[in-house]
Amino acid sequence: MKRAFPILGVLTAILLSYALYQALVGAPTEQTMGDVQRIFYYHVPSAWTAFILFFVNFGASVFYLTKRRPAADIVALVSAEVGVVFCTVVLVTGPIWARPVWGIWWTWDMRLTSTLVLWLIYVSYLFLRRFSSSGQTPTLAAALAVLGALCVPFVYFSIWFFRTQHPQPVMGGGGSIDPRMLHVLLINWLAFSCFAFLVCWSRYRLESLQREVDQAHALESLLGARGSAR
Amino acid sequence: MSNNEYLFAAYAATWIIHIVYLGTIVSRYSRLKREIEELKKPAVRS
Repeated sequence: MKRAFPILGVLTAILLSYALYQALVGAPTEQTMGDVQRIFYYHVPSAWTAFILFFVNFGASVFYLTKRRPAADIVALVSAEVGVVFCTVVLVTGPIWARPVWGIWWTWDMRLTSTLVLWLIYVSYLFLRRFSSSGQTPTLAAALAVLGALCVPFVYFSIWFFRTQHPQPVMGGGGSIDPRMLHVLLINWLAFSCFAFLVCWSRYRLESLQREVDQAHALESLLGARGSAR
Repeated sequence: MSNNEYLFAAYAATWIIHIVYLGTIVSRYSRLKREIEELKKPAVRS
């Protein structure tokens, strides 16, 4: 396992470089928007990766609520944290793309607003995890995560149910896409998914180690208190 | 701003966000390593 991480790290770096090259050079230039449309190859895979991570968070939270396994709690925390990072990328790259194409940075339409609300839900989840020291924190956070996950399909399908400035989804929507663009999109999604997996893996190891150290600190202070009582 | 500058800004922003997050993981890991060293010290003395 220790050897697998650097190997996967190198492979992911190669894949990310190849995906970047394909996004900037390999993919055909879109006729209406021009080169700025290439933001699509970072914006959409980041959104898909964030959604997957929020679903992992949902699954791990439900598992934690039913089985009370600490490992599930760590998976939930890690997937929410990395998911928020990817969702931040979506919320930053979206307006940068919207400005030259729509002429505005932001509009309060359903897709954009629901994505912001989703991000705020998971940021509040992370704040709860960070600043609450109660023993009930993992349970409360898991309940919040279940509610947060309900927002994910709403964000995805909001462009079907509401009139919005945002384009239709690439997969399963009314829009069509050049096969070469789809190929580059999927390469970028694969690259970002591998990257997200590696980040989650290292964050999981860090969190497990942090909990072991916290337990050791608690044990040390308990032994210290007993020693001084004698 | 030209279209290419927006494109560059979006790609740069993406990597800045990821690198900053990776930086926080590295700093948390270094802090944890120091904590582990501190925990080992009393054990060595005894």
